[in-house]
Amino acid sequence: MPITQTHELHQRRFSRNLGLGAVLLAFVVLVFGLTVVKVNRGDKMEAYDHQPRASVLPVAPEAKQ
Amino acid sequence: MSDISYIDRSGEAQFGDFVALLKPRVMSLVVFTAFVGLVVAPMPVHPFVAFTAILFIALGGGASGALNMWYDADIDRVMRRTANRPIPAGRVSEGEALGFGLALAGISCVMLALASNIFAGAFLAFTIFFYVIVYTVWLKRRTPQNIVIGGAAGAFPPMIGWAVATGGISLESVAMFMIIFLWTPPHFWSLALFMKDDYSNAGVPMLTVTHGRRTTRKQILIYSLILAPVAVGAAFTSIGGPVYLAAALVLNALFIRGAWRLWRRDEEVAQAEKYSAEKRYFYFSLLYLFGHFSALLVEKGLGFFGMGGW
Repeated sequence: MPITQTHELHQRRFSRNLGLGAVLLAFVVLVFGLTVVKVNRGDKMEAYDHQPRASVLPVAPEAKQ
Repeated sequence: MSDISYIDRSGEAQFGDFVALLKPRVMSLVVFTAFVGLVVAPMPVHPFVAFTAILFIALGGGASGALNMWYDADIDRVMRRTANRPIPAGRVSEGEALGFGLALAGISCVMLALASNIFAGAFLAFTIFFYVIVYTVWLKRRTPQNIVIGGAAGAFPPMIGWAVATGGISLESVAMFMIIFLWTPPHFWSLALFMKDDYSNAGVPMLTVTHGRRTTRKQILIYSLILAPVAVGAAFTSIGGPVYLAAALVLNALFIRGAWRLWRRDEEVAQAEKYSAEKRYFYFSLLYLFGHFSALLVEKGLGFFGMGGW
């Protein structure tokens, strides 16, 4: 059900909600930034998932280059 | 349905009240020491990962601050220094602080583990456990040794920073830990010397209350004497160097001289002078810690020009 009436509470908490919104947005940016960094660095993108796969085996240093 | 508007609106928790729950001033020390621990480590860390790691270390420290304020709300109401914190002032309820602290503690540990490595995340979790359970719940109200052991919680951040870079513990990170660990008792006891009424009213067993002020002065001197060889000795690890050694020698000499003066001081004289020397010693102790960690940063910075270290 959409909120059709503005309660006095909405004004009272406006700054708090604005702050929380900014924090959540910053969190999204942070996780995205981390992803970009880790992908660029060539980190392992998969983990073990109940089946042995060649793609999750550690890469030998000489094969990396 | 309009009865809610009769409640005093000034009591509404604003965004800033939740920030205050994180103890921003304590956080600044955590950020600085964790940053130094991370930077001086031999392995380079990507700047964005380093930023994220320090952010979540700080958030973990903030979470333990919020949990501490939740548990200590009854003490905070009595003490003048803390009566205006969000919970005693009635702006944030105790349950809100508990939920806020627990949620942030979880987020910060998981995010630190994901951003850097599992060990660093687990170390942060242990630090939060140590501060909230070991210090706040078990020790603070029971023993005058509370801040000696509890000081370990404040000393972990540079070790976590080091763990972010290296994934482990080593002599250098233990040295940074020991400096803060041994520095905490003289730092807080000098504060307790000029904040005496507050702690006795709240029933917190501060050393000044349980063993008297004479003993406290002696303990400050003893700890400053134990601290000095550790702080100077750190100069001979891989993170130290001539600049650090010089800074450590000067700062420790001044720290011991200050402690010596406090020890020699007569209680009546101190009271007549409104504890000016005690206050000066307290503020110098902040400079002392800042000086040591800045010197470590300088050594690292000089290293890029081929001059840092031995």
